Amino acid sequence: MNGIISGLEGIYAVWLREAKIYVREKERLISSAISPLLWIFGFGAGIGSTVESVEGFSYMVFIYPGILVMAVLFTSLFYGIYIIWDRKLDFLKEVLVAPVSRASVFAGKMLGGVTDAMVQVIFLLIIGLIINAPLSPISIIQAFLMLLLISIAMVSIGLVIGANLQSPEGFSLVINFVMWPLFFFSGALYPVGKLSPWLAYATSINPLTYGVDALRGIILGTHQFPIYLDVAVMLIFAVIAMGLGVLSFRRM
Amino acid sequence: MVIRTENLTKKYGKMTAVDSLNLHIEEGEIFGLLGPNGAGKTTLISMLCTILKPTSGRAWVNGFDIVKESAKVRKSIGIVFQQPSVDDLLTGRENLAMHNLLFGVPRDIRKQRITEVLSIVNLEKRADELVNTYSGGMRRRLELARGIMHHPKILFLDEPTLGLDPQTREHIWEYIKDLAEKECMTVLLTTHYMDEAEQLCDRVAIIDYGKIAALDSPQTLKNKIVGDVVKLKQKNPDIEAIRRLDYVRNVQEKDGLLYLSIKDASKHLQDLLTHTGPIDFVEVRSGTLNDVFLHYTGREIRDAGAEGGFWERVMKK
Repeated sequence: MNGIISGLEGIYAVWLREAKIYVREKERLISSAISPLLWIFGFGAGIGSTVESVEGFSYMVFIYPGILVMAVLFTSLFYGIYIIWDRKLDFLKEVLVAPVSRASVFAGKMLGGVTDAMVQVIFLLIIGLIINAPLSPISIIQAFLMLLLISIAMVSIGLVIGANLQSPEGFSLVINFVMWPLFFFSGALYPVGKLSPWLAYATSINPLTYGVDALRGIILGTHQFPIYLDVAVMLIFAVIAMGLGVLSFRRM
Repeated sequence: MVIRTENLTKKYGKMTAVDSLNLHIEEGEIFGLLGPNGAGKTTLISMLCTILKPTSGRAWVNGFDIVKESAKVRKSIGIVFQQPSVDDLLTGRENLAMHNLLFGVPRDIRKQRITEVLSIVNLEKRADELVNTYSGGMRRRLELARGIMHHPKILFLDEPTLGLDPQTREHIWEYIKDLAEKECMTVLLTTHYMDEAEQLCDRVAIIDYGKIAALDSPQTLKNKIVGDVVKLKQKNPDIEAIRRLDYVRNVQEKDGLLYLSIKDASKHLQDLLTHTGPIDFVEVRSGTLNDVFLHYTGREIRDAGAEGGFWERVMKK
């Protein structure tokens, strides 16, 4: 019992620190608000002016679920870079010598990253209402939960990469090789129904495709796979990613 | 005995950083580890703090085995690292509160304990400001406060005054002495400032190439090893003849100067000068810990390549 309480307090301590830093580093808050705005209004509205409609929706609304996933993906993966900075600035030592398990430290960090991403999600859901995406109270809750699951998986992947690398430059390089394929082959920007075989194959092995599909199903009502499959794939992916995260933190 | 090591060894590839070390530290002492860069001080401390696993040998801290009972060891010690590790974007108080949570300080005494340690290091007034507004000395004090938060029995200090100005260093020494007394703690510190060791330590161990070269109180080491130091300048000195004098303990030559360690200079100086013949220059002073240190580690400059910060060491494992 004592072990559980000290574990939870360890998680809380690490999370609280992350949350405070997030609020105090204004650049982080501002950039996480602005970049998805650019995608929706800059990219979505721009392409939308030449594309009539996709599956009955304006292009801006059609890519809205994809933009939600994208925002979560980028913020979550890039969060892993802070572990490298923490280590460079020696802050992490204090946490690593504390009598809390590495699983707790990982969980605290991971929840810190998820908090960043979900603050952004709340912001984006409000924008969704402004651009008239078909959101209902129930679909908002469902979308929030699905994005939470995606964020847990992606923050874990980011932390795995961060925990195994020494330099922020190296992190940026590696993360680009992970992030862009995940994003482009997820169907975030296009429907995955009528793709050429190789592209269809690439999207089908990308776990994020199922996340995008779930959100499109929840918000727009159009989807390729059954929702339970989407959730199951993301869930398994998240569990594996967290397991790798705990292992990486133990070796740190 | 609060710290005991038994043939404790750490190897990095072919390099042996700590070599079959046997060390006993008693309760309540301030114990200093001295040594040139790369001598193995930080490696030794890191093992005792359970951050590094020894290659072989064993050690007990507060009676707990550092490998098998590392969680218990961690709970019973406080650590102040060589590099500052307080969080810049948190206030002093928030840093301490986080430590409380991480180290499982009982809930009902947390607030009171924070106030207590803040007053010991005189930081009450700035406690609610962000650490990035603190000076180097203030950060060190905050780290000291954090290190003792959870009532550790032993406090580890790795180069506690590295990079601080002389005034601040004296202050930090006062705080450390104060802490050891008020909180009844054993303090184990590493330093390569000899004045720091003389001021603070009850006993010191000089460590070189991962082994203990000497171990005693600073006063005893000075009396036993050095005594007084006579600096001589002479054309073509007969070093061998000087060495043969029974009160001369050691002769070192550097840059055309002779450094003699002499048992009691006031008694033997006259005799010494009759033996050396005419000289160009002489200076007599009482020996310092620095002389003891140089006696054991030599006067030549070490290749700094073996020195690494904490992380470099840890990451290399």
